[in-house]
Amino acid sequence: MASWPILSTVTFLPLVGALWIMVMQGDDEAVKRHARWAALWTTLITLAVSLYLVWRFDPASAEFQFVEKKPWLAGTIMYHMGVDGISLPFVILTTALLPICILASWSAIQSRVKEYMIAFLVLETLMVGTFSSLDLVLFYLFFEGGLIPMFLIIGVWGGPRRVYASFKFFLYTLLGSVLMLIAIVAMYNEAGTTDIVTLMRHGFPPELQKWAWLAFFASFAVKMPMWPVHTWLPDAHVEAPTAGSVILAAILLKMGGYGFLRFSLPMFPLASVDFAPLVFALSVVAIIYTALVALVQEDMKKLIAYSSVAHMGFVTMGIFAVTVQGVAGGIFQMISHGIVSGALFLSVGVVYDRMHTREIAAYGGLVNRMPLYAFAFMIFTLANVGLPGTSGFVGEFLTLIGTFRVNNWVATFATFGVILSAAYALWLYRKIIFGRLEKPSLAAIRDLGAREIAILTPLVILTIFFGVYPRPILDVSMASVTALIDNYHHALGAAGSAKAALLGF
Amino acid sequence: MTEVLDLPSLQTILPELILALGAMALLMIGAVRGDSATPVISGLAIVLLVAAGVILAMHPSGKVLAFHGSFVLDDYARFLKILALIGSAVTILMSIEFLGALARQRFEFPVLVLLSTAGMLVLVSAADLIAVYLGMELMSLALYVIAAIDRDNARSSEAGLKYFVLGALSSGMLLYGCSLIYGFTGTVSFAGIAAAAKTGSLGLTFGLVFLFVGFCFKVSVVPFHMWTPDVYEGAPTPVTAFFAAAPKVAGIAVFVRASVTAFPGIVTQWQQIIIIVSILSMALGSFGAIGQTNIKRLMAYSSIGHMGYALIGLAAGVASPDGVKSVLVYMAIYVAMTLGTFAGIIAMRRPEGPVEKIADLAGLARTKPMMALFLAVMMFSLAGIPPLAGFFAKLYVFFAAVKAGLYTLAVLGVVISVIGAYYYLSIVRTMYMDEPAPEFVPMRPELGLVLAVTGLLVLLFCVYPGPLVDAAGAAAQSLF
Repeated sequence: MASWPILSTVTFLPLVGALWIMVMQGDDEAVKRHARWAALWTTLITLAVSLYLVWRFDPASAEFQFVEKKPWLAGTIMYHMGVDGISLPFVILTTALLPICILASWSAIQSRVKEYMIAFLVLETLMVGTFSSLDLVLFYLFFEGGLIPMFLIIGVWGGPRRVYASFKFFLYTLLGSVLMLIAIVAMYNEAGTTDIVTLMRHGFPPELQKWAWLAFFASFAVKMPMWPVHTWLPDAHVEAPTAGSVILAAILLKMGGYGFLRFSLPMFPLASVDFAPLVFALSVVAIIYTALVALVQEDMKKLIAYSSVAHMGFVTMGIFAVTVQGVAGGIFQMISHGIVSGALFLSVGVVYDRMHTREIAAYGGLVNRMPLYAFAFMIFTLANVGLPGTSGFVGEFLTLIGTFRVNNWVATFATFGVILSAAYALWLYRKIIFGRLEKPSLAAIRDLGAREIAILTPLVILTIFFGVYPRPILDVSMASVTALIDNYHHALGAAGSAKAALLGF
Repeated sequence: MTEVLDLPSLQTILPELILALGAMALLMIGAVRGDSATPVISGLAIVLLVAAGVILAMHPSGKVLAFHGSFVLDDYARFLKILALIGSAVTILMSIEFLGALARQRFEFPVLVLLSTAGMLVLVSAADLIAVYLGMELMSLALYVIAAIDRDNARSSEAGLKYFVLGALSSGMLLYGCSLIYGFTGTVSFAGIAAAAKTGSLGLTFGLVFLFVGFCFKVSVVPFHMWTPDVYEGAPTPVTAFFAAAPKVAGIAVFVRASVTAFPGIVTQWQQIIIIVSILSMALGSFGAIGQTNIKRLMAYSSIGHMGYALIGLAAGVASPDGVKSVLVYMAIYVAMTLGTFAGIIAMRRPEGPVEKIADLAGLARTKPMMALFLAVMMFSLAGIPPLAGFFAKLYVFFAAVKAGLYTLAVLGVVISVIGAYYYLSIVRTMYMDEPAPEFVPMRPELGLVLAVTGLLVLLFCVYPGPLVDAAGAAAQSLF
């Protein structure tokens, strides 16, 4: 394609903004103000450019679009970018949430604002790059590179145990990812390329599929996170600043699910079949166990963090059911969870900015002083529960149907998770919002300000819009999902007939 | 016998001649002018190093033998020589301040660096065991003296003495190995050994092991690493920077050339040695560094670990140039990271003098944001986090290892790298997350320059990796 490299523009525009902020000079207050505005404008322009992608995207095609290909490393490793129906929603989710994150940090972050904004913009580049790279090494570069800014965001602007949390986050995810690196190297050795499009059609030998699947699983399961490697997440969430939690929950976790869809299913179909029961088991444990854990939390962010693990359990379950409903539901659930969990963390941030505590027991009766807040928080809570009419319902429902067609028991147990999620989410809502406003510290609490309304309104609208009209997301991804599943069954069929031929002989 | 001193041979060793004769001339200037001439001598020494580098860079590619095959100038040699020259030149540049601050300026320092570098160049080009020994001794003798250059300082003298005693021991072992190999093959030239040693024998293996002991000592890998932390800590910081960069390049150069060209027939014997040494070095480098509080000691362990990673490439380089190429890429990136990091460490100076505790870096991000940023880039790169250059160094090594079927080595390598990441992260944490310690004095412009240039190289390597990788590929090809 000789046209303007639009995807690279979306990817690297935030980096340009970061450089711009970096060279800012002057007195402290002016730099702070300029850095905030520069970051906001950069993310808004990036969002606008990325919406142009949506406009030009052809949802009927399962091919990669806006493809760019340039020689990069050692001949066969290319700078290869492109999006399809699976990755495009994540790109938009990223670019859409970044301006909100910048706004959410507007007054909450007062120290080292310049560095903070740079870290977020660099992170945006790396996240968009992760979702749009079509070369394994390039993907790994963006995927791993994201650890650096996030490490700093948690460690510099986080809470009291920020150092511990940032180290745990970094080392945990790094350990998972380096194994994937070896698998990438082994795949290159086998196929002679790291081009994702080529590798999807390659057909790896079963033995290599098994090991590579496990190595990729190590990385994505940590990132996702799946039980039992989820323990870094509550720590990271609790200590991260509000916007950091939003990015973490809304986008970084989705890289795991995206990875399963992009690599594990298409490249290692035989191993995926063999290991699907493992994934189902871990997903069900995650859904039920972490929901129970969420019930006893005393910290709001921790509760939402555990609920994230449970919701990601639905995603992994749906993906590895490999039915159209399951996979499409998984994607939808990820986007919906990106919006809803991001919004929940923002809501926690709203009261945290006022009271500087996240303890559930420190609140109560907020509806009396903060009706607008109570309304927004209710929408997000109900979406988190999966109430019909909110976006949370569509994803959970689809994944459950998709899984039910494959394995009744898994779907049955997972459904208990829906009930449990209602228990902890409504309990949280009752404790914070309802009841009498007795605590003297809350007597003067203010309702949402204009900036906070501007942040939460789009999220409320999106939550309800996608709840009643989920088609935009489902349509965009449908062609790619169908192609993915066709190829998957085709690969299985080919392997099956080969096996049959062998046995018959 | 033909004429020993033939002119084409002299042309081939022109860079070595420039350094050796130049060192003599500078020594005369120093002897006549005294210590006040130190800055001039330093400047001239850098000019000589650059001149030697330019000559090497201009040299047409291809293989030239000199002195009846005991000295070889090929693409491989040119690549590593230029790297070593860069390391030496940058070290002299970074030591200007240190030399000025000594009670008695020592004009011998740049001269000794030149002599040592001449030894490295010989070592890189050595194609027989005699040349190996000559080059190694020329390099090492100068290094022993440099380690003790601040002779009124007990720690510096101790470092020099320790280095000398252990170095002499390893030289003895190397020599013993050489004599065994000569005894069992009847020749000292690498090509001759390769021809004679189609199949191994017990004696040859013994010789090989002793030879490797000498090499392992020079590149400081386990189990011959013990001198490293003490010498790194005791020697003045610019000297440590020198130790960490150029001699390592020369050591790895001769290690690889000897293994690949002299012993291709007994690969199984030496490959397993390299694998074990490599695993032990990576592990010790990572675990040993965790408890350190002195940043120079930490860098010593870090260099041990990095040499372990470079040796993965050698272990994989038995049959194809890929492994050797990955070693060359690794060394080039390692030199850039090391020089940059040491530029930062040398700049750790308060009004009362230089400091070297990791805790002294606390809060650097607030007192000196740019220095902290570049040092953080170095740390993440040393840890091998993409998109920085250190990641690609490891990536190429792992490519080679997996291609050679060394899966276990590759997996151990990446897992250990996660442990190693911990202490690099701790430094970043100290700089970014701790409360500020008293501010350092402003950074000298030459240190700032080194830090900025290496930092940008490390940061932007991913944008345009072609030239380095291609050059390394061509260099590796010339060995086979």
